[in-house]
Amino acid sequence: MKKDLVIIGGGPAGMAAAVAAYRAGVRDLLILEREEKLGGILTQCIHNGFGLHRFGEELTGPEYAWRYEKEVAELNIPYLTETTVISLAPDKTVTAMNRTLGVFTIEAGTVILAMGCRERPKGALNIPGTRPAGIYTAGTAQKFVNRKGYLPGREVVILGSGDIGLIMARRMTLEGAKVKAVCELLPYSGGLARNIEQCLNDFGIPLRLSTTVVEIHGKDRLEGVTVAAVDEERRPIESTREYIPCDTLLLSCGLIPENELTRGAGIAMDAVTGGAVTDEERETDLPGVFAAGNVLHVHDLVDYVSEEAEIAGRAAARYLAGHRPEGKPITVRAEGGVRYTVPRRITGHGAVKIFFRVGDVYRDREIAVFDGDRLLYSRKTKKLAPGEMETVALSAEKIASVESGEIRVTLRDPKNNK
Amino acid sequence: MKERILTCIVCPRGCEIAVDLSEDGSVTGVRGNACPRGSAYAERECTHPERTVTTTVRCADGGVASVRTRTPVPRDAVFAVMAAVADVTAPATLSVGDIVIADVAGTGVDLIATENRRPTK
Repeated sequence: MKKDLVIIGGGPAGMAAAVAAYRAGVRDLLILEREEKLGGILTQCIHNGFGLHRFGEELTGPEYAWRYEKEVAELNIPYLTETTVISLAPDKTVTAMNRTLGVFTIEAGTVILAMGCRERPKGALNIPGTRPAGIYTAGTAQKFVNRKGYLPGREVVILGSGDIGLIMARRMTLEGAKVKAVCELLPYSGGLARNIEQCLNDFGIPLRLSTTVVEIHGKDRLEGVTVAAVDEERRPIESTREYIPCDTLLLSCGLIPENELTRGAGIAMDAVTGGAVTDEERETDLPGVFAAGNVLHVHDLVDYVSEEAEIAGRAAARYLAGHRPEGKPITVRAEGGVRYTVPRRITGHGAVKIFFRVGDVYRDREIAVFDGDRLLYSRKTKKLAPGEMETVALSAEKIASVESGEIRVTLRDPKNNK
Repeated sequence: MKERILTCIVCPRGCEIAVDLSEDGSVTGVRGNACPRGSAYAERECTHPERTVTTTVRCADGGVASVRTRTPVPRDAVFAVMAAVADVTAPATLSVGDIVIADVAGTGVDLIATENRRPTK
């Protein structure tokens, strides 16, 4: 089989990329989706809060997905569900399998990687103690409750205060479980302030910052966890150990872009984001292969995932039309409290929106972009936090004015201008 | 005169809003909000707080379907809405926007489906 464009993943990124590529003229395209229907993680995110930027109204996850499913259907964009991609070769051959076709290959003209991300599992957290039943990632519990109709337990402790953990604290409470505490290793929550308010404070669920689970108890079924406060080096403080009886421990400890296929193709990766290194068109260092959404870097809002996927979809269409970047790219470097940027290089001549995250909580800092020693852009901010993605929009004129071949995105204290 | 600090839940920005309350509990001033929706939220939150309820309902084929209240309901009515949802079985075939329970728990607000579903095989 041959296809001009193969999109790996039929979640919000894959659907938005497909629709954008179609509107830009691509007709020979195919979406490959692992689950039995399109929509990705949105199908289990039944809470509201999606789409305020994109659609100007507050939707639930399934409703947001439905907006794109409708477009995919109206445009007759073909897709295969229950189809797993096994590998992506450097020559853009996609090998996949499903029940009807068996193992099959597609020679793709372009590929958009839209595989999303997965949760950091228990094994990666090194919690001492036994390994009984009753420990789930928050997203697994979310799937049980929202898609299968099962409540995983009655007395719950949640480790990690990411948004999924906060959302599940409310969800389990509404379904009759008792959420005893949300423990967060860091001195601040990685979740949105609104979720702490409406998911924890509304129900009187305590958020215990600088606290972690130090031991798991129970043989067959979880019986309890020991939690302890941590010092500034994040080491548990022995005297603060406290036993909390519970039958369920949910883990909400971060998301990891799902990039086995990307690495298999030999594509250059960013060690900070866990996603590919791309230019502003979301093209990886393998020409004709693009990445968008949570597979590239974990987003806070699906609205921004859609926006990014549209960039990749349009870029794939231009690639198929024969467009290739020319000239020497501008490197984008993250510095001084900025952990990473997307993109990492700028190859075109248009306006560019740079997305980034900071590594700590900062108050009253200035976001600054430099070309060598020359200030290209600055903006004052009241508060910056790792949980909130930030953006800097650079005009085409600003990009054209760059002389050093590199721009640096950094934070500075307006008081001493350093 | 009393001041109350709120975190706005209208959008992901999560503004910290300060509300001035008079002795009788009425709102006399709102500060810190980035948009008009924030001041409307702050006023509502101090006088009659509301929440949208999102949950699942059991369906005739044994599966579940995702649902929500069409508009926010009084926060005090959230668990009454949950109890009303637990009492019904929805049809196995649903489309986005279908009314699953009209006037759920006497709130005057309809509970609507948020997904399209067909009976499971």
